[in-house]
Order: sequence, then C-alpha cells, then structure tokens
Amino acid sequence: MPSKVATQKPVKKSTSKTNFETLPINKKLSKEEKVGLYETILGIRRFEEKSLQAYNQGKIGGFLHLYIGQEAVAAGIVSLMEENDHIITAYRDHGHALAVGMGMNECMAELYGKYTGCSKGKGGSMHFFAPDKRYWGGHGIVAGQTPLGAGLAFALKYKGLKGCAVCFLGDGAVNQGSFMETLNLVSLWGIPVVYVIENNGYSMGTSLKRSSAEESLAKRGEAFGIKWDTCEGHDVFEVREAANKAMTYAREELKPFILEIRTYRYRGHSVADANHEKYRTKEEIETYKKNKDPIIVLKNKLIADKTLTEASAKEIDQRMKDEAAVSSKFAEESPYPPKSEITTDVYWTVDNDKDQQLKGTYFFND
Amino acid sequence: MALITYREAIKQALAEEIERDENVCIMGEEVAQYNGAYKVTEGLWEKYGDKRVIDTPISEAAFSGLAIGSSMLGIRPVVEMMFMSFSYVAFDQLFNNASFCRYMSGGLMNVPIVVRGPANGGTNVGATHSHTPENLIANHPGLKVVCPSNAYDAKGLMKSAIRDNDPVFVMENTLLYGEKWEVPEEEYVVELGVANVLKEGKDISIITHGRCAMIALKAAETLKTEHNIDAEIVDLRSIRPLDEATILNSVRKTHRAVLVEENKPYCGVDAQISHLIQYKAFDDLDAPIHRVSAIDAPQIYSKPLEDWQIPNETRIIDSVLKCLA
Repeated sequence: MPSKVATQKPVKKSTSKTNFETLPINKKLSKEEKVGLYETILGIRRFEEKSLQAYNQGKIGGFLHLYIGQEAVAAGIVSLMEENDHIITAYRDHGHALAVGMGMNECMAELYGKYTGCSKGKGGSMHFFAPDKRYWGGHGIVAGQTPLGAGLAFALKYKGLKGCAVCFLGDGAVNQGSFMETLNLVSLWGIPVVYVIENNGYSMGTSLKRSSAEESLAKRGEAFGIKWDTCEGHDVFEVREAANKAMTYAREELKPFILEIRTYRYRGHSVADANHEKYRTKEEIETYKKNKDPIIVLKNKLIADKTLTEASAKEIDQRMKDEAAVSSKFAEESPYPPKSEITTDVYWTVDNDKDQQLKGTYFFND
Repeated sequence: MALITYREAIKQALAEEIERDENVCIMGEEVAQYNGAYKVTEGLWEKYGDKRVIDTPISEAAFSGLAIGSSMLGIRPVVEMMFMSFSYVAFDQLFNNASFCRYMSGGLMNVPIVVRGPANGGTNVGATHSHTPENLIANHPGLKVVCPSNAYDAKGLMKSAIRDNDPVFVMENTLLYGEKWEVPEEEYVVELGVANVLKEGKDISIITHGRCAMIALKAAETLKTEHNIDAEIVDLRSIRPLDEATILNSVRKTHRAVLVEENKPYCGVDAQISHLIQYKAFDDLDAPIHRVSAIDAPQIYSKPLEDWQIPNETRIIDSVLKCLA
C-alpha cells in the first residue's frame, strides 16, 4: 500500500495550548462583550434544549438539526462582523440566527410552524433568515449556500463596499460539486468570502475518514490558490483569533479564505438520527463534552479573569433558560398562519401589486 | 421601425438596461471577450467593460448561485445559459434557491435575476442540448418564464424581465436569432403575463408559444389557402404569469383549440392550458382539444427525423383538420 502518511498528518499543529484570550483581538473585548459572548453561547444551548423538548413532545415536526456543541463557532464569528459583513449558512442554522440577534420567540415560533415565526412559518428549522441583520439563511441543501455566499461577497465588491461574506458549511458539504466550482470562481475573481468549514467529524452518519479522501478539508483551497487555516472550535477566543485573521484578509485583500474549524455536535445529525451513538462511541461524545464543552471552557476562562462569578454565571444561565421557556410558550400560544398565506411571499411583484397593475395569472388553483 | 434580428433585439435590450441601471450586469460562458456563443452579447464587453459583462468558467452551479446571492444585495445579474439545457447543471441553485428563498424567508427577500438562453430543438445536436424546460420552470412557484417568438417580444420581454423583482427565465431560440422583425426605434417594454393574438381568425384557435407560434402562422396561411380554414393564432409570450383571458376569449370565439408547443407532451405547458380550457370554457368547446408537441421521446439526432419530431407545419395542419373533422 502506498503510504498516505503525508496527507494524514495534521497540516498544522494544534495551537490549543495558546491562551487565546490574551491575544489582541480578544484582549480588547470589554467585560460586557465577553459576557455577551457567554450569553450568546449559553442562549443557543438553552434554546435548542427547549426546542428538543418540544420536538420530543411532538410539538415541532420536520427536521431539527441541533447545533449543540458547536455554539462557540457561530458566536465567535458573528462577534467579528463589521458594518458590511454578511453571513449565510446551511440547515444547522439556529445558532447563527441567535448569534446575529434574532429573538428566541420568532425562532421558536418558526420551529412550531407558527405565523409569528421569523419566516411566518413558511421556512421551518432549516430556513431562518434576517436580512436586516445581514443573515441570509438558513439553506436546506448541503453546499447549496456556498455559491450564494460568493454572491453576497461579489455584490460587496461590485458596489465598492469594504466587507466580507462568511459562508458556513459542514464537513460533508466540501464534497459537493457546487462548492468546488465556487472555490475556483471566487479565487479567479478575487471575491472576499470566507468559507468556514464547521468540521464536526460526521457528514450525517459518515465519519470524515469514510467520506473525504484527504482529511484536511481546508487544504483543498490550495488547488485553487486559496489561503486557508484551521483551528479548534470549542474555545470562542480561538475561533475569534483565527476568524479575525481570515475575515481581515478577505476584506483587505479582496480574496477568499477557507477556515476549517474542528468542532463537535453532541446530538445526531438531526433529532431523527437515532443512530448517532452507533456510528460513534458514547465515550467519544462524553470525552468531548467533558474536555471541550464551549460553555464550560468559556465559563472557566471568564471566572478566571473575573468577568464572571459562579453566581453571575448561574444567573445568566437561569435567564437563558427562562427566555427559552418564554419562547416556547410564545410559540405554543401563537396562531398558525392563515390559509391565505400559502400563496403570499411567492412573488415580490404580486405581494407589492398595490394598485393591481399586474397582468396575467400567477397561481393555478381550480 | 427598424428591421432587426431577434439576436440584435435582445442585445439592444441588454445594452439599454445596462445603461439604465448600474446594478445590471451580464454573466455567463463566453459572453464577454468571445462575444457570446451565439453572438447575442457581441460588442457589449468592448463597450461596457469587465464589470458589466463578465466571462465565467464553465460552472453553471457556481455562477448561477453567485448571481442569486448577489441579487439579494441589489445586483441585477442577467445570467446567460449557453443552452438552457445547461441550467440542469445548476438545478439546485435555480430551482431551490432562486425560486424559494423569498418564500422560505416569509417575504424578507427577493431575487431579481434573469436567466436567459436558447431553449429549443431542431438544431441537430441530440438530446442533451435540446431541452425546452419552460414547463419545468413554470412548475416552480417563485419563478417566472417567458418565451418570445419574435424580435419585438424578445426585446420588450427582456427589458421587463430585467426590471422585474423576481427571477425570470427568458427562453430564446437559436433558430430565431437570425430572423428579422420590425422593432420600434423608441423605447418600449412588453409586460409579463400578456399574450398576443398574432392573427385573428374565427374557425379554430391555435394556442402556442415560442418559435412554434411562427410555424403556426405559416400553417395558418396554408389552412386558409388550401382548406379555407380561418385559424386564430394566440402566442402566449409569457408562460408564468399566464394570460388566461386571451386564451379563453379566443376559444369562446372559435369553439375549437389546437395547442402547439415544442415541449414533450407529458406534463408540458399545454397540459395545463388544456386543463384551463376544459375547466373554464367547457361549454364553449365543440370538439376535444388537440395537441401538437414534440414526439414523446428524447430528442433524436438524425436531422430529418428531428424535424418531424418537433412540431412542424404539416403536423399542425393535420391536427387542425382532425379537430375540425
């Protein structure tokens, strides 16, 4: 057998021994900003735990792809967004939504399919959007968002705005053709997009080793002349350090960047994935939780630097639990969209045809 | 009025819209420096430069998706598919993202892109380059689709499509690119959703779209001279939105309908039109609705057979005679 040693080695040594909180990008964070990061990470966790409960009670249907375990990635990167930066992600999108500031109420109501949901109950778990917060979804098809992310960044460049688009994708998405086509295009055209591969080790139930010939996913960028880096995703300060470099590079150089962040999801691919303790061991999950849980890691650091106390951390946790509980109540009490909503928001021109100037039939129901 | 080609009419529309709106840009394979595979964009890159007329690699999924993403921030890209057949390579981008992003966001966003390119057979290139997917597009609420049959409509519909705030597919035809029609010198648009009665008649309605409308016009001449049949030709122009009133008015007048399209018959556009007529004008019909479509098989390569496979004058006349028998 030819040796694959060269490609199996980690391309870059882990820098997890570094105290990332002491680096300039993190050192400049105010106490409030650090507390904000903790609230975001904890808020995502508590929101999703509540949504899981509702799902198991049969109150939420469809798919529910939980972000639990990966929270520091979205929280860290969103905290770096500047005025003209935009983000877009795939279907595991609750964390990013809450991180950009979408409310738990509108998000929970969307999961319930209620009219008060962020998409009026038309999108569901995989399709959260908040254009006013420069969050462009929430896309259900693996890697389908990767050309869209390039488009957001293309628009910035076209308009002469300094900024970048951050497009999140999973480790399974790197094997989609659309992503590879897009990598070529963004490098060729000099598009300021950062592809953040949230590598949680499993594309649904297939481990990285069983799905990708080359284990370093970001390294694929080299084939297109794209700079890349890797980091760990459990420490929000490490995420911020690596992502800041990537986003700054994209904004300043008008070039793409690939950042692979090694992270872990505690739950299955979706809640419907009953096999998730079969394709990986329980020990693997427990070991990560014990050593790298993003909430515990951050809490310990914030207690160490006196940003938090045990008591204030507990208070935040209770507040997030309460907010999640309120959102679930809000969702339950909200109405379903009226039937007339089925055919609105299909066409912009129909929705905005105030003086009925539009010609022709748009909907073909007897 | 100037006598110009269908190709020139589209180019004029693109140029005028590029000048009107700084956010309009054209992208696609060979559209810029090569002047377009079918020369539709000839001279535009030279005149408007790299920013507005953009050559892409052969990556339909990537550049279609990029166009969609950019439109979310206000860019209005006109994406050329060298053949509309190639849109299949970008299926997820066009048929999930362009069509459904508005809906799934509860109306928070819109996707003002145009996807244009030839969608026709009859060119002796076999099944992979001969698709007419207007039925498929129309089956995706959120998308709009138009099929101009002549230079006047091609220019007017293209301008409307570019100004439209939703994704619009403009289905062109390589066999029409070199044909000439009278087109006004002054600016005009053709609204989406308005059919055109190309020829009035009292005996039978031929309802059709795209190049088939031109074939039907010729068939109508023969029907008149050789069979003394006065056919009315309704050119749909726009498939979604659809001008139901013009279709129904014509059928209510003639009481008979032959539907002609280059689509394959099963679940083709005319299957919907046929349903519409029987549902809303049942009592006005004096005969079953007849259809002339591409013969239901993948597009054959062999030229004489392909010419028979897609609708032609003979097949239209036969169908009209049957409908009137």
